[in-house]
Amino acid sequence: MDRFSWSNGLLEIDETLVVQQRGVRLYDGDDKVKMELGVALLSTHRLIWRDIKNHECCLSIPLSQIIFFEEQAAGIGKSAKIVIHLHPSSPSKEPGPFQNSKYSYIKLSFKEHGQIEFYRRLTEEMTQKRWETTPVSQPLSSGTGTQAGKTRAVGIVGIERKIEEKRKETDKNISEAKEMVELSRSIATKIKDKQGDITEDETIRFKSYLLSMGIANPVTRETHGSGTRYHMQLAKQLGDMLQAPLEERGGMMALTEVYCLVNRARGMELLSPEDLLNACKMLESMRLPLRLRVFDSGVMVVQLQSHSEEEMIASALDNVSDLNTNYSSSLSILLSSLSFLNYFPRLLLAEKVGHLCRDDSVEGLRFYPNRF
Amino acid sequence: MSFEWPWQYHFPPFFTLQPNVDTRQKQLAAWCSLVLSYCRHHKLYTLDVMEAQESPVFNNKKMERKLSVEAIQVVFEELRKKGNLEWLDKNKTRCLVMWRQPEEWGKLMYQWVSKNGMVNSVFTLYELSNGDDTHGEEFHGLEEWMLLRSLQALQTDGKAEIITMDDGKGVKFF
Repeated sequence: MDRFSWSNGLLEIDETLVVQQRGVRLYDGDDKVKMELGVALLSTHRLIWRDIKNHECCLSIPLSQIIFFEEQAAGIGKSAKIVIHLHPSSPSKEPGPFQNSKYSYIKLSFKEHGQIEFYRRLTEEMTQKRWETTPVSQPLSSGTGTQAGKTRAVGIVGIERKIEEKRKETDKNISEAKEMVELSRSIATKIKDKQGDITEDETIRFKSYLLSMGIANPVTRETHGSGTRYHMQLAKQLGDMLQAPLEERGGMMALTEVYCLVNRARGMELLSPEDLLNACKMLESMRLPLRLRVFDSGVMVVQLQSHSEEEMIASALDNVSDLNTNYSSSLSILLSSLSFLNYFPRLLLAEKVGHLCRDDSVEGLRFYPNRF
Repeated sequence: MSFEWPWQYHFPPFFTLQPNVDTRQKQLAAWCSLVLSYCRHHKLYTLDVMEAQESPVFNNKKMERKLSVEAIQVVFEELRKKGNLEWLDKNKTRCLVMWRQPEEWGKLMYQWVSKNGMVNSVFTLYELSNGDDTHGEEFHGLEEWMLLRSLQALQTDGKAEIITMDDGKGVKFF
């Protein structure tokens, strides 16, 4: 909690509010902070927390301080949380409520729900990193290098100064990366040898940290490439198992659906998502009648090979002229209706080949047969 | 006679700028044709972009669909490329709409002049566009800027000559 600064809670020009959620309690690491419930606000540049009753009590932290974050599911008597791991503060950080803390992570506890949306928006903002392209007037310190106090200089002196600054930044990055590599190496060794006081679920936690940081789990076998025999056998099994369900669902199923179906059927010895994905990647090369298909949006489906694109277009066209249903493209509907998942890519495909045209209005997004 | 709307006007996708390139081309062609025929019917020679948004052409109130500002600009640009539109200002807020080209106007006027045996007479511009004699002719009510351009076209053809008189301009037909 020592990374936060006092703030007036007002947004800068070029800073936009993305989402806000009431009923959020702050945690310094695992300890509750002695503050009331507040409102958590996510902007394109910062994470802001404000006491509901006392608006003067308002804290903020730049998004650039966030290393990574993860969800913590709700439990009995416990609300769902988002755990946010932070870079150390830069020396030019504005003062905040806490001078120091033994933790390098904080938690947001969502007493009135809203964590799913907040998590999703935070993921979007951390991916887009809009604060990098539209810097605001307030000097926002980043974890890896300060920009506050950078003097503007022109000419050769200016260029030299910039080169020097860049070099310092790179050095700092390298040293931090070294730390990270050491840390992950030691953790990996500990996991392998099961030395030290590492409990089972701590192990899982560490593994997931590594994964989310982009370091592949060091304990398992190779994750992709030629694949193992295990994955090949699995792929064969999937080929048999999914024929009927796929026929029933019009030839296409979301990968998440497949995962649920397969594991429910297995009962014991459940498949990990990774194993399922690797098995699916091998479907085509093994000439099985199914294949994995990734859409532009990133959505992954398993599809019957026999399902040609023309068939899809034809069926999309039929449905459109029959129903003229509203296929709103809002993400929440996408998430809640998997049958929609089957339709929307087909509609786009039909539009691409000119069989359909779109009607985009305040009522939503609709598709019509192309009469133009 | 009331204006007859084309079938596209009652087709909701007509008011969404289509992402498919081929579909868009057909859509824009239909829009250009609609704008020109609407202006012709109502004898509109200039359009203001802000006003256009609320005009029935771009705003089908019954169907609750209207063309976005960006799309209107695209339609106008298409008309400009075809030679049917000219911007009056750099900010592209007002434009001249030429649902008939100056040459065609010139021809119409010349036909009327020769039909009535008035070749070699001199007319003031006002007489041509607003005179009692021309009442009922298509070019009656033609705005001065277009009238001038049409006469200039005739002049280039050697069929007329624009003369400056005491209180304005006039034209002699040959």
